[in-house]
Amino acid sequence: MSSVVVTRGLVKQYGRVRAVDGIDLDVRTGDVYGFLGANGSGKTTTVRMLLGLVLPTRGEVELLGERMPRAGRRVLPRVGALIEGPAHHRHLSGAANLALLDAAGPGGSRRTRRRRVAEVLDQVGLGGVGRRKVGAYSLGMRQRLGLAGALLRRPELLVLDEPTNGLDPQGISEVRELLLDLHRGGTTVFLSSHLLAEVEQLCSRVGVLDRGRLVLQDEMAHLTAPTGATVVDTPAPERVRAVLDGRVLSADGGRVVVRGADPAEVNALLVGAGVPVRGLALQRPTLEEVVLAAAGTSADRVERA
Amino acid sequence: MIGVELRKTFGRPRTWVTIAVLNALPVLVAVLLRLTDLAPRPGEGPPFLSAVLTNGQLYPLAALAIVLPLFLPIAVAVVSGDAVAGEAQAGTLRYLLARPAGRTRLLVAKLVAVLAFVVVTVVVVAAVGYLVGTLLFDARPVAGGTSVSGTSLTPEELAVRTLMAIGYVAVSMLGVAAFGLFFSTLTDSPLAAALGALAVLVTSSLLFTLDAASPIAPYLPTRYWLAFVDLFRDPVLWRDVVRGLALQGVYVGVLLAAAWANFTTKDVTS
Repeated sequence: MSSVVVTRGLVKQYGRVRAVDGIDLDVRTGDVYGFLGANGSGKTTTVRMLLGLVLPTRGEVELLGERMPRAGRRVLPRVGALIEGPAHHRHLSGAANLALLDAAGPGGSRRTRRRRVAEVLDQVGLGGVGRRKVGAYSLGMRQRLGLAGALLRRPELLVLDEPTNGLDPQGISEVRELLLDLHRGGTTVFLSSHLLAEVEQLCSRVGVLDRGRLVLQDEMAHLTAPTGATVVDTPAPERVRAVLDGRVLSADGGRVVVRGADPAEVNALLVGAGVPVRGLALQRPTLEEVVLAAAGTSADRVERA
Repeated sequence: MIGVELRKTFGRPRTWVTIAVLNALPVLVAVLLRLTDLAPRPGEGPPFLSAVLTNGQLYPLAALAIVLPLFLPIAVAVVSGDAVAGEAQAGTLRYLLARPAGRTRLLVAKLVAVLAFVVVTVVVVAAVGYLVGTLLFDARPVAGGTSVSGTSLTPEELAVRTLMAIGYVAVSMLGVAAFGLFFSTLTDSPLAAALGALAVLVTSSLLFTLDAASPIAPYLPTRYWLAFVDLFRDPVLWRDVVRGLALQGVYVGVLLAAAWANFTTKDVTS
């Protein structure tokens, strides 16, 4: 499978601080890639380097198979981006903002501009307020307008930095549906976020950044694969321990973790011995557990040297 | 890209408010002169003002001379300082560059937009000056005007020299715009950029009056600003006009090169 975003040994040094410390990203065609990391872990700097806004100290970036920032003029028209919150000209309408942005670079035909603007406004649910000045928009509406700007040229790759910031729960779920819809249509999505739940619900691959280093990069399915244990929900944990002696890995109230990757087999043993069972499930680690295990403390914490 | 920047500059109310305010002062001066008939004596006050009571056609020049020392440079500094830093502060710079607008193209487009603002502003000030001058004072289109040297000029000569003066003032303001644009690439605060450009002009004006600074006086950016008066001598005294153009040319060239070098290699973190 071909790669859409590749970085090799990417480093960004600000004075003595290394914001990004040698990361090797690999985002493949058709991925919904979740780029996770605490605030200050270097996510935004990395995103800006992908788009050629910040120039790397060392290492290289390939976007859609071409070297950035050199090939920016060819590559970036095929990329839609939402970088650290939306930004628009407040004295202009939403539609005028999109039209100006479209006219500011290559790859957006003037003939189809009006139609494309109307389409993306409808797509993000702003069809009714496109002619109103952005100054009068709510935070959520601005976020939607930012997303509309990213979709204007039907990009092959969407780079989204915290796209659900400022949205209410309905808005978040709408954006999620929109992204999944685009993904089904063949768009690769690179989603940078510190919201684990958002990434867990959307993404097929995950990269975890911790203090400038990529500490984890894998398929979501691998990360949250069954651990080979079964979780038993029972009102009588001590009787489970008696029946399955030696196989109990841990017990926490009515929740007992038992070695064995076949819940049916565990169930048969327990029911055969007359132990009441309320529920059984394969144990899977949550993304949160995986991320916490891989990353250290929050990057906001600054310890004394 | 250039079209986009022109639309942005002239599509915002602020630009037109600035130009309107800029015209308020010469209009006010004209009304006061008309009401009181008290023109400054020749050689005092802004150039040409003493002559307008007898020939309203000189008022465009008087208007330019009135706004040139302070108002016009402030307006140009604000607009040019806003060029890149304003986009950075609003956050739109990152979207423009990721669009991709291309850094050099964006800078060129910004420069052209600022240039257009300078030209439009100077022309509007002159046009409003002409309108006010011919409405309020005696216009003598047939007789032409009188040169600063005292000889008379035909209406054609006067028109040509007025156009040259407008051009000269526009070039002088280009120097201000170059300072503004350069500072605009250094900072993310449009206010800081505009103030930086103004600080340069204030320093320059101050040093110009200081005898101790006379060795560097020929190189001060404001040194030859009023040389457009020389265009109305008979014969035209070209020396300072040419030096003024050359000096502005050097400033514009160096500052734009510096702006370009800085902007194309800078990390955009706004």
